[in-house]
Amino acid sequence: MERSNHDRKIHVVICSGTTCYLMGAAELFGIEKALEESLASRISIEGSPCMNLCKGGSYGKAPFVKVNDTLIATATVPKVIEEIRRQAAM
Amino acid sequence: MLYNNNATHIRRELLVKLASLAFEGTLREKIDRVPLEMIPKGQPSVRCCIHHDRAVIKYRLLAMMGFAIEKETDELRPLSSYAEEALTRTAVEDPLLTVIDEACSACVQSHYFVTNACKGCVARPCVLNCPKKAIQMVNGQARIDPSLCVNCGLCQKVCPYHAIVKVPVPCEEACPVGAISKDPQGKEHIDFTTCIYCGKCMSECPFGAIMERSQMLDVIRALQSGNRIVALVAPAIPGQFPGDYPQLVTALKMLGFTDVYEVAQGADETIEREAEELVERIHKGEPFMTTSCCPAYTRCAHIHIPELKPYISTTKSPMLYTAEQVKQQTPESFIVFIGPCVAKKEEALRSGVVDFVLNTEELGALLVAKEIDVPHCEPASILNTPSAAAKSFPIVGKVSQAVWEKVKEQEKGVQVRPLVVDGIDRQNLKILRQAVKTKPDGNLIEVMACQGGCVAGPTTISKPMVAVKKIEDWIRKSTVRMNAPQEETTAVGVRS
Ligand code: FES
Repeated sequence: MERSNHDRKIHVVICSGTTCYLMGAAELFGIEKALEESLASRISIEGSPCMNLCKGGSYGKAPFVKVNDTLIATATVPKVIEEIRRQAAM
Repeated sequence: MLYNNNATHIRRELLVKLASLAFEGTLREKIDRVPLEMIPKGQPSVRCCIHHDRAVIKYRLLAMMGFAIEKETDELRPLSSYAEEALTRTAVEDPLLTVIDEACSACVQSHYFVTNACKGCVARPCVLNCPKKAIQMVNGQARIDPSLCVNCGLCQKVCPYHAIVKVPVPCEEACPVGAISKDPQGKEHIDFTTCIYCGKCMSECPFGAIMERSQMLDVIRALQSGNRIVALVAPAIPGQFPGDYPQLVTALKMLGFTDVYEVAQGADETIEREAEELVERIHKGEPFMTTSCCPAYTRCAHIHIPELKPYISTTKSPMLYTAEQVKQQTPESFIVFIGPCVAKKEEALRSGVVDFVLNTEELGALLVAKEIDVPHCEPASILNTPSAAAKSFPIVGKVSQAVWEKVKEQEKGVQVRPLVVDGIDRQNLKILRQAVKTKPDGNLIEVMACQGGCVAGPTTISKPMVAVKKIEDWIRKSTVRMNAPQEETTAVGVRS
């Protein structure tokens, strides 16, 4: 097992366009507080402008979050944390 | 707190759907399909079956179209028929909250319960301390006899194993004035003669069974009417959406509002008059005065602590001053107040000057339905924006601070000692009752029904801390702009 993998940064992008914000992104900021220190220190969190995934009636699938390259629809705190853990264990 | 709430997601999704159909003009034709679209066949149901889930969706839509679930007489009446009525009615009516009995899970009466963590210890403090002798040992564990228990909670406090839990009824627990209780079927009912419209039951019910009767459709109709529609934006609102306030103003104009006013403008008048009133009262030898801008508080005092009435400031709320200013300048305007509060709806309904109220979520739904993204909007140029003190009104402690500073500024030789009652709950109601009997330490008491102030109102989207930061941001930006040289203008309000 390669050690370097376990130090790999995990980049969390929370869509903060109006649709995602209304549909629950507002509750996702601060998600690192639900993680233990060793994992929290490995993730970086940033907001993003509308990812253009919410248009054409897809607002029900918002909020959208990206954990590195993985896109999560109807993101919730547990869903995002699960994905962070999955990638951290890779 | 860190949590997402499924009931919130469903409610907001439905609001957007409803708004989209109304904007499109297809509400009558399409609304009957919405429960089926939301709960398609084959999806695992939350309640007993998909039919029950769909029924709950139907009732949510009824509340969102402004109807009281309690008044339903014909269960077979389709949503389209309600839509027809909503799109032709001429007035909105109270009461403003409604309980979806199909969604209310009829939580068992709140009670104390001994869990399996009970060790049946020798000390048995629960048995010994119970004032009603309601606890006995059965099979080596404590058991509470519900017919004797008076819910005092002593057993829970004394148990060394934390083995006793309280099983609450969340809405009843949240209501500070005991206005919600069970009917014989175990479903919750609100007594509107004692309800103060704080919205706490609505926020706390895990089944989302308590809803506001929305005026969203009435606002959409007004926006499409071609009349002059003015948005009165509560000072809490700049904290509720991504992007900054001048961008939100543009977004509101794109929705069809003719003009946008900050309610903080009226707050400046509230500060001015409340400061005057306070000085007058202190000179007369009155022990204290309370603020009056929180409508849930003033209603609460009138109904539940009438002895407090003489001490409530008679100064009007920022919403009313702003509305009056607008009506004076442009009497033909329809006024829509936008804020995070349920009680404001009631205040507006009684006011005679505010036509409709839109809550934060409903405004969000209108924006999403129209695919207007606030951070993408061109910022409006805002002239003559209200003071920083007025813009801070939604943050707890800031109303009394503003009045205090105003009095100081006037140098009338009066010493103001502010006190803040942060949130109306049973404990704080006791403190307020006490204030009338014993002279309180402060002579200016600010009361906010929501803990933290309006930034923590029942329909907020942002977390309160984020909201405060955004409001402070707007204050900073607008003060910088105000100090910069600008075109001369005396107009109040906003132009883009
Ligand atoms: S707001 Fe997130 S995708 Fe559009």
